[in-house]
Amino acid sequence: MNPIQHLNKVFDNRIRLGIMSALMVNDEINFNDLKELLQITDGNLASHIKGLEESGYLKVQKGFIGRKTNTTYSATKVGEKAFKQHIDALEKMINATK
Amino acid sequence: MNTNNEHQQDILQIKQMMERSSRFISLSGLSGIAAGTCALIGAYFAYHSLCSRDNVLLNLDDTIYNTATTGHLNISTLLDNNLVIIAILTFTSALISSLFFTWLRSKKTKLPLWGTTSKRLMINVSIPLIAGGFFLLKLIENGSVGLIAPGCLIFYGLALVNAAKYTLGEIKYLGYFQIILGIINLWCVGKGLYFWATGFGILHIIYGIIMWNKYERE
Repeated sequence: MNPIQHLNKVFDNRIRLGIMSALMVNDEINFNDLKELLQITDGNLASHIKGLEESGYLKVQKGFIGRKTNTTYSATKVGEKAFKQHIDALEKMINATK
Repeated sequence: MNTNNEHQQDILQIKQMMERSSRFISLSGLSGIAAGTCALIGAYFAYHSLCSRDNVLLNLDDTIYNTATTGHLNISTLLDNNLVIIAILTFTSALISSLFFTWLRSKKTKLPLWGTTSKRLMINVSIPLIAGGFFLLKLIENGSVGLIAPGCLIFYGLALVNAAKYTLGEIKYLGYFQIILGIINLWCVGKGLYFWATGFGILHIIYGIIMWNKYERE
């Protein structure tokens, strides 16, 4: 079977790939931390987060720290599974061409 | 071939993001070298003030005698002691110089010096250190001065092993060596200063050079 069909279109983009990677190793991350990690603008980050949320890979928690809103993100079970499959596919394709 | 290269870049990006988001990676090897150098300078002064025994040890003996009889540690008499002053100066200069180099490094990694990962690291380093600090204070009160150096090394080593999950993982080897050194020191009481200088001075410098060579050399 050709592993290329296991490559996930959602993770084609480096920023979405980056967001998911960070969510895999952290229970939750807030917007500002993600922004600092990826070094991108608010609008750019927000649109990719929305994309991942619509795919069902990411969930949003809205909370407060004092009076300030604190929005955190975490990976869903579906997202974790899809991401692992994507990494497996990447590795298989790299190994196949070695 | 081209797409294969892209896949490898993707994997690299995944690895980098996982590291950057979960560990404090700005800890600089130069910080280790700086802290180690401060420790060696401190140990040198401590050695010389121990050689001119006239006031230092007697003074420390007095302090311990007083605390043993009165039941509590007198901070002001402790501060009169040269060794204690040297210890405080050594700790402060090591802390400031290592923070400085890590701050420089954080400019390069473009990650905040005081962010989620560094807070997590600080908390997890502090737990063994604070517990150890209380334990060592009590040892001083009870006059077991010979156990201070091994105690410092062991608790510091434990703190580093604990820290390894939250920063560059190699730091756990530094921790293991500190613990081993501390344990050996338990059977060489009286040679504490040599063990202390080896652990906090030489081991830090060796670790710093290795880490700088591995991650920061351009």
